[in-house]
Amino acid sequence: MLSLKRRLSSQLRSSCIFNLSNMVDRVGVFKAVNQAVSWPLQLRVLAAFSASSASVCREPGAESLIGTGVGKMIHSLFLINCSGDIFLEKHWKSVVSQSVCDYFFEAQEKAADVENVPPVISTPHHYLISIYRDKLFFVSVIQTEVPPLFVIEFLHRVADTFQDYFGECSEAAIKDNVVIVYELLEEMLDNGFPLATESNILKELIKPPTILRSVVNSITGSSNVGDTLPTGQLSNIPWRRAGVKYTNNEAYFDVVEEIDAIIDKSGSTVFAEIQGVIDACIKLSGMPDLSLSFMNPRLLDDVSFHPCIRFKRWESERVLSFIPPDGNFRLISYRVSSQNLVAIPVYVKHSISFKENSSCGRFDITIGPKQNMGKTIEGITVTVHMPKVVLNMNLTSTQGSYTFDPVTKVLTWDVGKITPQKLPSLKGLVNLQSGAPKPEENPSLNIQFKIQQLAISGLKVNRLDMYGEKYKPFKGVKYVTKAGKFQVRT
Amino acid sequence: MSSNSFSYNEQSGGGEAAELGQEATSTISPSGAFGLFSSDLKKNEDLKQMLESNKDSAKLDAMKRIVGMIAKGKNASELFPAVVKNVASKNIEIKKLVYVYLVRYAEEQQDLALLSISTFQRALKDPNQLIRASALRVLSSIRVPIIVPIMMLAIKEASADLSPYVRKNAAHAIQKLYSLDPEQKEMLIEVIEKLLKDKSTLVAGSVVMAFEEVCPDRIDLIHKNYRKLCNLLVDVEEWGQVVIIHMLTRYARTQFVSPWKEDDELEDKEKNFYESDDDQKEKTDKRKKPYTMDPDHRLLIRNTKPLLQSRNAAVVMAVAQLYWHISPKSEAGIISKSLVRLLRSNREVQYIVLQNIATMSIQRKGMFEPYLKSFYVRSTDPTMIKTLKLEILTNLANEANISTLLREFQTYVKSQDKQFAAATIQTIGRCATNILEVTDTCLNGLVCLLSNRDEIVVAESVVVIKKLLQMQPAQHGEIIKHMAKLLDSITVPVARASILWLIGENCERVPKIAPDVLRKMAKSFTSEDDLVKLQILNLGAKLYLTNSKQTKLLTQYILNLGKYDQNYDIRDRTRFIRQLIVPNEKSGALSKYAKKIFLAQKPAPLLESPFKDRDHFQLGTLSHTLNIKATGYLELSNWPEVAPDPSVRNVEVIELAKEWTPAGKAKQENSAKKFYSESEEEEDSSDSSSDSESESGSESGEQGQSGEEGDSSEDSSEDSSSEQDSESGRDSGRENRRTAKRNSKEKEKKTKQGRTPVAKDVSLLDLDDFNPVSTPVALPAPALSPSLMADLEGLNLSTSSSVISVSTPIFVPTKTHVLLHRMSGKGLAAHYFFPRQPCVFGDKMVSIQITLNNTTDRKIENIHIGEKKLPIGMKMHVFNPIDSLEPEGSITVSMGIDFCDSTQTASFQLCTKDDCFSVNIQPPVGELLLPVAMSEKDFKKEQGMLTGMNETSAIIIAAPQNFTPSVIFQKVVNVANVGAVPSGQDNIHRFAAKTVHSGSLMLVTVELKEGSTAQLIINTEKTVIGSVLLRELKPVLSQG
Repeated sequence: MLSLKRRLSSQLRSSCIFNLSNMVDRVGVFKAVNQAVSWPLQLRVLAAFSASSASVCREPGAESLIGTGVGKMIHSLFLINCSGDIFLEKHWKSVVSQSVCDYFFEAQEKAADVENVPPVISTPHHYLISIYRDKLFFVSVIQTEVPPLFVIEFLHRVADTFQDYFGECSEAAIKDNVVIVYELLEEMLDNGFPLATESNILKELIKPPTILRSVVNSITGSSNVGDTLPTGQLSNIPWRRAGVKYTNNEAYFDVVEEIDAIIDKSGSTVFAEIQGVIDACIKLSGMPDLSLSFMNPRLLDDVSFHPCIRFKRWESERVLSFIPPDGNFRLISYRVSSQNLVAIPVYVKHSISFKENSSCGRFDITIGPKQNMGKTIEGITVTVHMPKVVLNMNLTSTQGSYTFDPVTKVLTWDVGKITPQKLPSLKGLVNLQSGAPKPEENPSLNIQFKIQQLAISGLKVNRLDMYGEKYKPFKGVKYVTKAGKFQVRT
Repeated sequence: MSSNSFSYNEQSGGGEAAELGQEATSTISPSGAFGLFSSDLKKNEDLKQMLESNKDSAKLDAMKRIVGMIAKGKNASELFPAVVKNVASKNIEIKKLVYVYLVRYAEEQQDLALLSISTFQRALKDPNQLIRASALRVLSSIRVPIIVPIMMLAIKEASADLSPYVRKNAAHAIQKLYSLDPEQKEMLIEVIEKLLKDKSTLVAGSVVMAFEEVCPDRIDLIHKNYRKLCNLLVDVEEWGQVVIIHMLTRYARTQFVSPWKEDDELEDKEKNFYESDDDQKEKTDKRKKPYTMDPDHRLLIRNTKPLLQSRNAAVVMAVAQLYWHISPKSEAGIISKSLVRLLRSNREVQYIVLQNIATMSIQRKGMFEPYLKSFYVRSTDPTMIKTLKLEILTNLANEANISTLLREFQTYVKSQDKQFAAATIQTIGRCATNILEVTDTCLNGLVCLLSNRDEIVVAESVVVIKKLLQMQPAQHGEIIKHMAKLLDSITVPVARASILWLIGENCERVPKIAPDVLRKMAKSFTSEDDLVKLQILNLGAKLYLTNSKQTKLLTQYILNLGKYDQNYDIRDRTRFIRQLIVPNEKSGALSKYAKKIFLAQKPAPLLESPFKDRDHFQLGTLSHTLNIKATGYLELSNWPEVAPDPSVRNVEVIELAKEWTPAGKAKQENSAKKFYSESEEEEDSSDSSSDSESESGSESGEQGQSGEEGDSSEDSSEDSSSEQDSESGRDSGRENRRTAKRNSKEKEKKTKQGRTPVAKDVSLLDLDDFNPVSTPVALPAPALSPSLMADLEGLNLSTSSSVISVSTPIFVPTKTHVLLHRMSGKGLAAHYFFPRQPCVFGDKMVSIQITLNNTTDRKIENIHIGEKKLPIGMKMHVFNPIDSLEPEGSITVSMGIDFCDSTQTASFQLCTKDDCFSVNIQPPVGELLLPVAMSEKDFKKEQGMLTGMNETSAIIIAAPQNFTPSVIFQKVVNVANVGAVPSGQDNIHRFAAKTVHSGSLMLVTVELKEGSTAQLIINTEKTVIGSVLLRELKPVLSQG
């Protein structure tokens, strides 16, 4: 019996023509298929095949016959690098020719700057919705009405997943892992509708590449395709994978607050607000049920939650109660109510001037601590987009180093820490293109800084309790304040 | 770095295939080795060889290269036969990649897809839900018209599958089949109708998606599911939420009357919405038609609110548009905060959100005014974001904030981004026309800009000033003179044209300058842009009419130039003007009116927002973003004048129907509060049921709800059981499959039968209102008089087969169990026992009495139950907190736990003011039952139906003295809360009970045999509980 089957399958190998009338062959193939796979394997096979046959038997022009309402939110995806090469394409239905991207290139050309390419473009037969992430364009092809944010949000989720898997979302990383990328895209979208977008589920389906695993794989011949089934998708808590085990159970929370501000010429605050996030890194075994409470939850004005958080608890008790996903995730992001005055930790003294009818100007900035709550301000960087007429800058800094890129006209001053005794300053001459009129406006200064162990809003975590598991986890909270979009107009 | 080395390893991993591996690398590398067609062919030849080899590593390498080719969009179709042979490969990864290949090229080889169908058909019957689901996913993706009937059948079957995951896939398959064969529409709608009734959150999003694709106009299908969808919404996955919210928005616009009509007058009374109905009535009495919002309308608005807090921008936007389109205007304000939050997101999200805010801010300025500063522009924003922000700032400008805004605009005008600076100038122009107080200020500011160094800025200013001056030309001679001077320096055609037009229009006010300008223009006419030439002609004509003495010759010169211009527009215009203004014999009556024609009073242009006309598109849609109707856009209908019958949304649970309507409001308020998570839900429902014991109306609504919940938790328990199956290894796979199959069969039966009593329970409290025929008894025995019970029993015999009437427990064991020992409880001791009474907190709960003792010498305060950790589906009703317990005092409290008919442990925390103690209650299986009174005849009948797998039995050997009727009786009831069934035979003892949660019958028979043996038989569809009970009874009975 067995030998018969083997013969059948070898017969199959030798014949390149699949003929419908050749029943024997057909039976042979599928016996062989069925023999080959035990059930989890079979499942993976089926899942993979489903997408494969999506495009089977699609006659050219069938699209137009179907008319409106084709059940397809996202039809195809193209990845395009900065120089305009399409380096990856993926179709979830029939193939859409690359030429559709010409409309995109046209728009890109018109926009001049990558940042200004409109995210939604209409072409005669399709709509293109694109995002720009890490110097790559993700261009999706849409055929019918769909909420554009739906697609944009999904594309960002795809990019996040790449980032998560490969450490960076770059052309090189994607090209190197093209196989995994294809497998991921296959799982994330079914028939144009998002299927598995939770990182916990995806990682069960397709294991992320690591050096160790690739070594092991090459020795044992195993692969990076998971042979277990995604359990999370079926449970009430799809974001958490089942059977998590750690020897060291840890839960870390990073409270990161960013100050968005616009400071005007005179140093007064035009606009300032605090945007915060709590990022968590949870490595706890089993199904822990956590609740995180704050000393002063009223500070949080507008909060958005990870789906794991029980909204009701928050509404009634202002406690974050949740069964966490495994690993890193963003628990909440919040905005601190605008009634609160925002403390501005640094001030900048600046005098930038361009002389009329001469090809030089003066540049002088000094940075000092303002309301820093007694903490050290570190990681200070000042970025200035100088006017186009600036040719070069001859500056001296009392602290840190500066670079000026004459092509992009960007001045970057890496200051480091502020010591109140000696305030860092950067001053010198600016060389202008001779003959050109002096710039109308002084450039604005974009400032980056970091203050460790401080949440500038005053938000404080009160306690973290864990229920549902017996072990004692190691818990930690870290606070950081950073500059967000912190701009000083000069 | 790591990924790099990884892929390298993979590619050259095959040892002897190293050479080939290297080639693979070069193929994928961007430089590409596919330079020549011939070499291309040769490479493919290599690939073929690799695919034919016996080594998996070589095959894998080949497949990886091929996938790389596909990813780059290169043609690899000729490899089809070679690749497809590997379909049967044992290596999963190869297999996966083969399918990736097929995705791309299967269209050309349809036969192959047909080959697979039998495999998938077989898999559709697999006991594992995941395999069934993926088989369906595959089958429905094969776009071969021949198999449409097979697909239809599979979808139908899957839509009735026990697993919600399979049903979800069925919903996806509907769309695929519909696009393959639209003629199946009617049949598919039937399936959609069925799936819409589904209570699982997994299915909801997908089926609504299918609904939107296949039959978005069949709004009638939604009625019955409307409330359910509203209630499930929070728990649906985020992508599904977006689809459902958009659909419900359309639904609401067709089913409810507008909440806006009164709103406009009612602005000051907005608070009324939250006040009681009476209040509202009083105040609106004066009005002819008081508006009260349909409770269902309110339900939708309320249940979507928490989603504004979603991390997913698409969900937030969907809720925002829902509020915008269907909520009372006074309530839409809450969306602005969330939308402003999205502005922190990446530029694409910002772009879409800002567009929508722009549209909103035209109609309702007030909504976004508090967030004015959030729209301030940063120099680092992309231009498209800047212009959108500017647009919004303009819309928000009013007398109060204009001075701040103008100061802000001044900064923008100086921006290095000239396109943005130009947009700012336009904005200033619009502010100037909209807010009359600042018109002059703006005009002055703009005039200053005329001396700007940047041409684009100046040009834009000219254009805007032109528009402004047109509104109030009288007093601005100076500005016009200033602008006339600019003609020498400005080169931008639009600006030049604008100045010329302005001078022409006001030529009587600047009589000296105008002819001079014309003279200069005549000189440069030939080199001007077409736009400017036309305006020169206009200027000439106007001057000719007003000041022909000075300009006659000049004009004629220009007209001559124009006559021979290359542009036919200009030639046409020249001819037209000449005929009109230059008097000759041929010129008709018109030339008399030439002056009136040229120098008529022209209406000032309206400076309008480009977003003005977008409001007819539903917000958040592609059509709105593009401002054109996208394919497949569904128009949002206007509110109906009169609301269609709201009763269509009442849910058809036969007995419940009566109660839904009166209880509608109360019920919705309750249900709106829940649905955030399992554990809270249960608190809620039990709370409210205890609260509302007096109101039977709302009570029954509540229970209807809990009935639903029960169902869904059953679903999830099935899931977990099959998951467990799936995790056990391959060796035991076959066995597992069999048990899984059995389990699922049992469950199917269980749910079928279990559901009936659940629904019926509900109506019990309103017994009088109901026709008892459809009301078998299942609940609080004490509430029923025996005679009534007998009546019902009699009636039921004819209608339904199952007679389950709860009787009072025959025996209540006094055995207590330790919940918390005083040593571990720091002096607080707790014991519990099972009073075997139907639980007052819920009909699915087991009642438990807890006795608390204070063994310390001080008061223990605030004893309550803290965090609960219950297995999925289990619920618990806690006792009310005890304020204080005196030293040596003791108190007994009762609580209820729904163990879901399992012996799983309920863990929770018993807390005092200072401490929390984790405690567990694990119920003995016998306490999961409630005794049932039934006749011997019924017993036999029921037993006859519960044979086969539902029967477990054991032989007991014991001393004869243990087999006296009273001993057996005592022993059995001690272990389990069962009721005795009167028996006609001495040697057979029968006991009957039902499980507390699902109400499944549990029939225990002890049949005495010859000698000292007896047979113990248990019949129940809850086989697990049955066998546990058997295990517990066996030693007890055989003991001495």
